[in-house]
Amino acid sequence: MAEKESGNNKKVINLPLTDENALSLKAGDIVLLNGTIVTGRDRVHKYLAEQGPRKEDIPFDLKGAVLYHCGPVMKKTEEGYKAVAAGPTTSMRVEMYEPAVIREYGIRGIIGKGGMGAGTLEALKETGSVYFQTVGGAAAYLADRIKRTLNVWKLDDFGPTEAMWLFEIEDFPAIVTMDSHGNNIHSEIESASFQKFMELIK
Amino acid sequence: MLKLRDGIVELYRKVATSLPPDVREAMGSGLARETEGSIAFSTMSLQIENMKLARETVRPVCQDTGVPTFWVKVPVGLSHIEMKKTIIEATRLATEKVPLRPNAVDVITERNSGDNTGAGFPIIYIEETRESSLTIDLMLKGAGCENGGQIYKLPVEELNAQRDLDGVRKCVIDTVQKLQGRGCSPYILGVGIGAAKDQVTRLAKEQLLRRLNDVNKIEELAALEARILNEINELGIGPMGLGGKTTALGVKIGANHRHPASYFVDVSVSCWATRRGRLIW
Repeated sequence: MAEKESGNNKKVINLPLTDENALSLKAGDIVLLNGTIVTGRDRVHKYLAEQGPRKEDIPFDLKGAVLYHCGPVMKKTEEGYKAVAAGPTTSMRVEMYEPAVIREYGIRGIIGKGGMGAGTLEALKETGSVYFQTVGGAAAYLADRIKRTLNVWKLDDFGPTEAMWLFEIEDFPAIVTMDSHGNNIHSEIESASFQKFMELIK
Repeated sequence: MLKLRDGIVELYRKVATSLPPDVREAMGSGLARETEGSIAFSTMSLQIENMKLARETVRPVCQDTGVPTFWVKVPVGLSHIEMKKTIIEATRLATEKVPLRPNAVDVITERNSGDNTGAGFPIIYIEETRESSLTIDLMLKGAGCENGGQIYKLPVEELNAQRDLDGVRKCVIDTVQKLQGRGCSPYILGVGIGAAKDQVTRLAKEQLLRRLNDVNKIEELAALEARILNEINELGIGPMGLGGKTTALGVKIGANHRHPASYFVDVSVSCWATRRGRLIW
C-alpha cells in the first residue's frame, strides 16, 4: 500500500465547526485546529448514552462541539488546572455509545486515534460531521497546543482522567480520516493490509 | 528503605519521561525509511519531536502512564514483603511528583484510587538472585497497546496455523493485522510460547524488556524474529495505522517447554513509546 501524500497545505480550521467547514473537510486533509474542544472518554460516553443528562445540566454547549477522546494528565496550579500530557486514547472503545452521543448532543467532530466503526461513520454522514486522527503518544507536544483550561464537568464524580474538560487549543495538528461523505482511511488501509496478510499466512 | 524508595521514584520519572536509547534509535531509522511528505513521515516526525520535548521538559511521553510493572531481583536475605511495601510507597509518591496519571480503578465501586495503587496494582514480580546487588526493571505500558494483545491455542484453523514455529509466525502477524494502528504503531511485539496460559502471557511481556538490538541466543528464534519483523512491515499499516513502511520496530520471542497436548502462544504488543528502565541498587 503506497502511503498517502500529506502535501504541504495544512488547512487552518476554527472551532466550533461551521456547517461549511464540516461538510468540506475530506478524508486525507491535514488540519491545524484552533478554538475550543471538549474531552470525553469511556465514562463520559457511557454516562451521556445511558443517563441522557439534559443539555442545560452540562455547563457548556455541546452543540457543534468537537469531542476529543483524551484522558489527560492534569496539574492543579495557582492559575487553575493545566494539561501536562494530553494525547488521544483509542476511539474504538466508545463505538457502542458514539452514534447516540453525536445525534443527541449535536457533536460535529471527533478527535481520537485508530478510527471508529460503521455506526459512527453512519452518524457522521447523517449529521455532516468528521473524525480527526491525531498522533498517539505525542502527549507533551499536544498538551502544549492546549492554551487554556476553560471549564470542567464531572470532575468530582469521574476524576481528572475521565472528566469532561473544556480546552482552548491553538494549532492542534490532526488529519481527517473519516469524513461526512462516508470516506474512511482506516478501513482502506485495513483492506489493503488484509490482502497482504492473506498472502503471508498462505 | 527510604533512600531506595526515592530511587524508585526517580526510576518512575526517568521511565515515564525518557524513552530508552535503543527505542529512540529505532524510531530514527524508521523515519529514514518513510518518504518525505507522506503522512507516515509527518506522523513519525511528530512522535520523535514529542519524544525529545518530553525528555527536555521532564514530562510524560504519553498521558497514559500505564500499569506500572516491576520485575525485581532480590539478593538473598532481603525481605520480599519490605520490597513490595517500598515499591507501593514509591508509586504513591511518583504519582504525585512526576506526575503520573492515576490509573487504578476499583471494579466494584468504579472509583479511581488516585495514586496508582490497589488490588494487584502495580504489578510486582519478585525473585531471588545470588548476585549481591538488587535489580529493579520497571515498564510503564499504556492500555491502548495492552488491549491489543492476543492469546492463541495452536492449531488455529482460520490462520492455517499448525503446532510449529510457522504457526507462531502466523499468530503474531494476525495480532498486528487485527490491531491496525489502534495501539499506536510502530509496535514492539513480545511473544511467549509454552505449556500454560498464565506462563506464556508473562513470558511474552518479559520479552519486551529485551533491548531491540538484543539477538536471541537460540538461532531458530533469532531467524523467526527477523522474518516476522520484515513481514509485519510488509503489511503497510504504518505509523498510527495511516499507511507506511514502519509498522513494527522489533519482535522478541521467548520459548518454554510445552505439554504434548498444548501449544500456547501469547502476543504482547507495546506501542512506539515503549517505556522501560532499570535501577541497580
